[in-house]
Amino acid sequence: MKNRGFALYTALALVYAFLYLPIALLVIYSFNASKLVTVWGGFSTKWYGELLHDAQVLDAAWLSLKIAFLNACLATALGTMAAVVLVRFRRFSGRALFTGMVSAPLVMPEIITGLALLLLFVGMENLLGWPDGRSMTTIVIAHVTFSLSFVTVVVRSRLAQMDLSLEEAAMDLGARPLTVFFSITLPIIAPALAAGWLLAFTLSVDDVVISAFVSGPGATPLPIVIFSKVRLGVSPEINALATIVVALVGVAIAVAGRVMMTREKQGG
Amino acid sequence: MKTLLEGRGGRFLVGLAPYAWLLLFFLVPFLIVLKISLSEPQMGIPPYMPLIDWAEGAFKGTLAGYNTLLGDNLYLLAYLGSLKLAGISTLGCLLLGYPAAYAIARAPQSRRQALLMLVALPFWTSFLIRVYAWIGILKNEGLLNMALQALGLISEPLQILETSTAVVIGMVYSYLPFMILPLYATLEKMDLSLLEAAADLGCRPFKAFLAVTLPLSMPGVIAGCMLVFIPAVGEFVIPDLLGGPDTLVIGKVLWAEFFDNRDWPTASAVAVAMLVLLVVPIMVFQHFEAKRQERGE
Repeated sequence: MKNRGFALYTALALVYAFLYLPIALLVIYSFNASKLVTVWGGFSTKWYGELLHDAQVLDAAWLSLKIAFLNACLATALGTMAAVVLVRFRRFSGRALFTGMVSAPLVMPEIITGLALLLLFVGMENLLGWPDGRSMTTIVIAHVTFSLSFVTVVVRSRLAQMDLSLEEAAMDLGARPLTVFFSITLPIIAPALAAGWLLAFTLSVDDVVISAFVSGPGATPLPIVIFSKVRLGVSPEINALATIVVALVGVAIAVAGRVMMTREKQGG
Repeated sequence: MKTLLEGRGGRFLVGLAPYAWLLLFFLVPFLIVLKISLSEPQMGIPPYMPLIDWAEGAFKGTLAGYNTLLGDNLYLLAYLGSLKLAGISTLGCLLLGYPAAYAIARAPQSRRQALLMLVALPFWTSFLIRVYAWIGILKNEGLLNMALQALGLISEPLQILETSTAVVIGMVYSYLPFMILPLYATLEKMDLSLLEAAADLGCRPFKAFLAVTLPLSMPGVIAGCMLVFIPAVGEFVIPDLLGGPDTLVIGKVLWAEFFDNRDWPTASAVAVAMLVLLVVPIMVFQHFEAKRQERGE
């Protein structure tokens, strides 16, 4: 039995090494003075300096953050409504179609969703004159469409586990449905909303394929800029950018972990 | 008993927003793809002939796009190539992910959350950047070849980048967490007394694994394989960055038809064929799976 445990932990350690080694190497080589990515030319932070003067990257990063924020808020609102519909509304006409449409984006290859949305935007533009070209608006619409499904999955499971007696008690005491939702249901499912919001944000910041279809010359989000740079070959500047992303994610997760720990200690 | 939002007006409003959104931005776009797949390519913006000529009042649908698909081996080969790469990657994820998920599920309760977190963590950093990291490792003068040469295992650098091997490595790396998480979920829920019973009846640990643990974890295996296989078939970014010109996958073909050849009808026909051959069977399977679970089997 002891041997088996050892073998298992070795396998686990190898999997972690596989997952983290490439990221660690990126971070190390972002401090490499040499332009040749694989030759170590001494410690330097010059790539960070170059990155900070690259207006294209900075603009793209700012645009990506704006898109991700808007997307996360809209997707969380719509995804939560969809989850409420799926969990609480037992029967209504078109339920099967609704269920299908909510879960389909989860299995749809991104390349098909991207193509379909672009063709819709082109069609609408010809017919209605809106949207006028590819812009932040079209990217946000496209991102909300695929990320609301992920929010729905997260919120739906929390909503399904929820104890209904609290809502019923509030109703019996005369609270209106909307009051019950905002003062009882919403606080209980809040962690799921936060998780869904973060998931939608991450999916949006990370999306290459769908953005490639629905973005235009005037609105190029960060992944598209990175993608076009990376297609030309390895660049130390991208290593620096990757390291910043890793550091930000690390800090965010450390903060989230701390908040959760304190809440657990308080018994909340 | 009054349930939440029982008033018809309230219910209607809550349901309307996501319903309308999905109809307009999910269902309608696919109908447009279907429509354009039946039209004829033409230069200009948009680069296809209108399907219905209002002046003549005639429907001018054509199967030209689909004839192209059937007439040229390229599309079939790309589709099969995608299935093969996705299959190998799924198997790779399963072989790496199963022991990992098993080890986490059998670790002391206090450590499981942290171990699981370590699996999910890379997901929160950029997918694109993680794929990019492999270029520096796999290329001819990359770190892997340098390490192998330093160890004296090879004398000439191996050509890994721009081959299908690199694509499989990239896919296994990117999708591994999607395999481990559902596997962990089923393995963790498993009733360990079944294993004790097997041991009491004289079953050896390995036999018990094959006879008890593996069959019980099948739902997790199926869920994990689907989560990896489906996006892997449609994958574009990984084959584009890590694969070579001869890595033929359907995602790259669709991309080239649309962006390089500007042949929208053929690109749409490729998308429709992909939907019919991949997504529809999977959705039907999931539908029956969900029905089966509802019945509590």
